[in-house]
Amino acid sequence: MRRIFLALVAGAAAIGAAPSARAHAFLDHASPAVGSSVPASPPVVTLWFTQELEPAFSGVTVINEAGQRVDLGNAQFPQGSPAELQIGLQPLAPGTYLVSWHVISVDTHPTEGTFTFEINP
Amino acid sequence: MFFSCNDARARFALAAALTVLPASSPLAHGFAGQSFFPATILTDDPFVADEMSLPQITVNPPVPDGSRETDIEIDLAKRLTPDIGVTIRDQWQRLQPTGLPAVTGLGALQTGAQYQLFVNGPHEALGLLGLNVTWAHTGRVQALGAPDFTTLSPTFNFGKGLGDLPRSLPYLRPFAVTGNLGFDFPTKVESAGVPNPNNFNYGFAFEYSFPYLQCCVKDIGLRAPFNRLIPLVEVAFTTPINRVSVSQTVGRIQPGVIWAGTYFQIGAEAILPATHLTGHGYGGVVQFHIYLDDLFPHSIGKPISEWW
Repeated sequence: MRRIFLALVAGAAAIGAAPSARAHAFLDHASPAVGSSVPASPPVVTLWFTQELEPAFSGVTVINEAGQRVDLGNAQFPQGSPAELQIGLQPLAPGTYLVSWHVISVDTHPTEGTFTFEINP
Repeated sequence: MFFSCNDARARFALAAALTVLPASSPLAHGFAGQSFFPATILTDDPFVADEMSLPQITVNPPVPDGSRETDIEIDLAKRLTPDIGVTIRDQWQRLQPTGLPAVTGLGALQTGAQYQLFVNGPHEALGLLGLNVTWAHTGRVQALGAPDFTTLSPTFNFGKGLGDLPRSLPYLRPFAVTGNLGFDFPTKVESAGVPNPNNFNYGFAFEYSFPYLQCCVKDIGLRAPFNRLIPLVEVAFTTPINRVSVSQTVGRIQPGVIWAGTYFQIGAEAILPATHLTGHGYGGVVQFHIYLDDLFPHSIGKPISEWW
């Protein structure tokens, strides 16, 4: 039992000593929110992740129901917010829009995802 | 002030880095597309990984003769290459027979070799071939019933997320199922006059991922720690296919929940016997499971083939 206890303590210490800001980046939340309905066209889509991202490996697109891109192609990382990804939007008509993102966290772990939001005045 | 990822330098850096990015990255623990599969407790995982269960503590339901076993298990999974992995596990057991003193000791050592057959991101599907070996005379044979024979157990493990369902069925998309189909081939026909049959093993884990719901279907306002919960029900059965005259299927049903964090996950499940032969009453299991690839992404968390 003593060995098991020591192993547990060693494991906990190893986790505690691990550098922060690594690991897979999960989408924490977004604006417009995932699956939400908003009354007017938002100027940007903003995604907040659980980990810091590699800008050169991360991107986001927004398409309409016809599959046409409606973003401005200007994915940006606000300075000082390495876990935040933002992209500008064209003025959007009422409808449903698909946001597709793919990111790589600073330790090279990739993740991806999609979600929709709706404009319903 | 913004940094743009579309400028020429970034594009050049992207192109350069993509040529050297390790091929293993998309397979680092259980991802297929946007679906994350946690390490399950009862059933084996359908992905090679750099992970460790330290510990898993199980209080088993009493078996038909009334004895009850408690286990403390350690399980390590390590990738040799991006697609090939090995596992090793052992457990310390405490057996409490009815009316007799408790017996303690190690159970049989189990090792495994695994090959990641496929990972299909768009369909959130995973497949893995494995060969597990339970080694003879590595546990207390007479006192704890550890085997005096080696058993070879080929297995096919799979996982499938339902994220490719139509978006008109939004709340079904966070569902996922993983499963194992395999056989046991003992290398000894009988031990002390008791037959060692070949077995068919089958098990499934039915999961509903709140992280998937939040990230990819609808943000219903869950925040930590509830946004990382994955309720699940695991079932696993073993059916002898020869050397016994009547059906002796044993099995378990384990409802529970896994909280999947950034570096580790914690799981807890109730244990319900699924057949009379399995036992009666109930038990429970808790597991602390560490993601080595996230904790140590530049060293022991990488496949061994990428250490140099």
